Amino acid sequence: MSAKILLESRQLVKRFGGILATDHVDFTLPEGARHALIGPNGAGKTTFVNLLSGVLTPTSGEIFLDGVNVTGWSARRRAHAGMARTFQINQLFADLTPLETLVLTISERENAGWSWFRPVGSRADFVDEGMALLRQLGIEDIAHGRVGVLAYGKQRLLEIAVALAQKPKVLLLDEPAAGVPEHEREQILDVVAALPDNVALILIEHDMHLVFRFAKSISVLVNGGLFMEGTPEEVASDPRVRKVYLGEEEVNV
Amino acid sequence: MTDIALSHRPSPEAQKARAVLLGRSRWGVAEIAFWVIAAACYFLLPTKLSLLSEIAILGLLALSIDLVLGYAGIVTLGQGAFFGVGAYAAGLAAKYGAGSAPWSDPVIGLFIGGGFAALIGFITSFLVLRGSDLTRLMVTLGVALIVDEIVNQTKWLTGGSDGLQGVLPSAVLGIWDFDLYGKTAFIYSMVVLFVLFLLARAIVKSPFGLSLQAIKGNPLRTRAIGMPVNGRLVAIYTIGSFYAGVAGALAAQTTQFASPDYVAFHRSADALLMLVFGGAGHLYGGLLGSIIFRTMQDVLGNITPQYWQFWLGATLVALVLFVRGGILGLLSGLRDRMKRKGDAA
Repeated sequence: MSAKILLESRQLVKRFGGILATDHVDFTLPEGARHALIGPNGAGKTTFVNLLSGVLTPTSGEIFLDGVNVTGWSARRRAHAGMARTFQINQLFADLTPLETLVLTISERENAGWSWFRPVGSRADFVDEGMALLRQLGIEDIAHGRVGVLAYGKQRLLEIAVALAQKPKVLLLDEPAAGVPEHEREQILDVVAALPDNVALILIEHDMHLVFRFAKSISVLVNGGLFMEGTPEEVASDPRVRKVYLGEEEVNV
Repeated sequence: MTDIALSHRPSPEAQKARAVLLGRSRWGVAEIAFWVIAAACYFLLPTKLSLLSEIAILGLLALSIDLVLGYAGIVTLGQGAFFGVGAYAAGLAAKYGAGSAPWSDPVIGLFIGGGFAALIGFITSFLVLRGSDLTRLMVTLGVALIVDEIVNQTKWLTGGSDGLQGVLPSAVLGIWDFDLYGKTAFIYSMVVLFVLFLLARAIVKSPFGLSLQAIKGNPLRTRAIGMPVNGRLVAIYTIGSFYAGVAGALAAQTTQFASPDYVAFHRSADALLMLVFGGAGHLYGGLLGSIIFRTMQDVLGNITPQYWQFWLGATLVALVLFVRGGILGLLSGLRDRMKRKGDAA
């Protein structure tokens, strides 16, 4: 069980004024991980993901990606080093088509994004890979429509497809099923369950059904700090977790 | 994961998808017709060649804004500055290089004008990387005001408010002299416009061009997929400045004059207005807009010399309020509607 550590945070802190949004978090993610990050609203889950992916700069502490200290790196550089993420609220290109979006992402990954003389689509291998991804996610029928007018569930799937097109080592999924209507939810759960084994996954999720179906390990964040870590069974049976988190869930139901 | 697919021949669906993508850069009938008509104007409107050259030059200026604003989403009110820099640089090259070939050659002058404008554009591009649309509007406007003032104050070089006199470009490539009827000027302007249009067309249909549209759509995501957003914006802003500089150089050469009017605020505002008229983000918007703008100015100016700006303003307000995306937006909307009707039938 000594798999290579792909992502690590050491004593990570983020302050917004007087608020401690991330409180000295030590976190490790081994190769092939299926890790869920849970916690009540305002626990700092999205802040933590923004720190890992480089959208936010930490107040103190360090982040290592595949053994390299990336704390001062931009989101762009981390992306090239193998970090991909999806967003809680769709961040897509409304005026492009899904296929264009993927071909664009692949060109950037292959450092062909500066190419200015040959038209988009002249690289057959990029188009083929983009179509294969759309097929993998079951949305190849919408390859040429405008992204802005797609159904919300399809856009959520495209979010995942874009991240996969980066061929990441670490993939951060920020509430992939958030806001998706019930009848489209199953498709997203299937896609998440079928993600490639060689990618280490972090799932941030409110939906306990999805968490317990998918995760092999769970971290619970409360008030920005790491509250506990363990297998799904350990977390589910821990009375303190039940009190701060699962209990609250029952009240909501 | 997806590597498996790569080792095989592309699937039929992938080949079809590729054809769809490549089809977007194919020439349409309307496009070809546009350029054929533009060329035919030489024979159809022989008495209006000077006006047509001016339209081509304004169209090139509006095209430069389309690259920056229509594709990359950088709001600018300062494109006139690069037009002016290009005009004065090419004008001075023609004035002081007169007789000493090749420096007085207009084609060299275009590169001098475009090059100087691109240099200023590159330097000031770092100011428009950050900030909201309003910030960018103010920064580009501020740069244009500075250039305007420099032109007015360096009287020893630019002639100040009297304008730059004695701009006498030699024959184009040493062969075609500028004539009184504006024949050479028209053909020269049209060829330059067409060549730069082809280049712009290649750029916007390329992966680089697509990345600009992505940045316009969602900068957060472009950074997350590892795109060098700032580098791309610097590049297109510099290219746009080059285009505006070449337009200015053309103006100085064909009118044999450069004046502070070329860098004045209304130059930037008019060009932006033309682009909005025609529709941003189609490449043809600025060209159509310049035709309509100058024609309206000409026709309305003859009918109601005092009030032509009133009608221009009224048309602009109506267009912006009732038709999103200018004339080309209106046309593509109609085309989509007809297509849908056809599909339903």
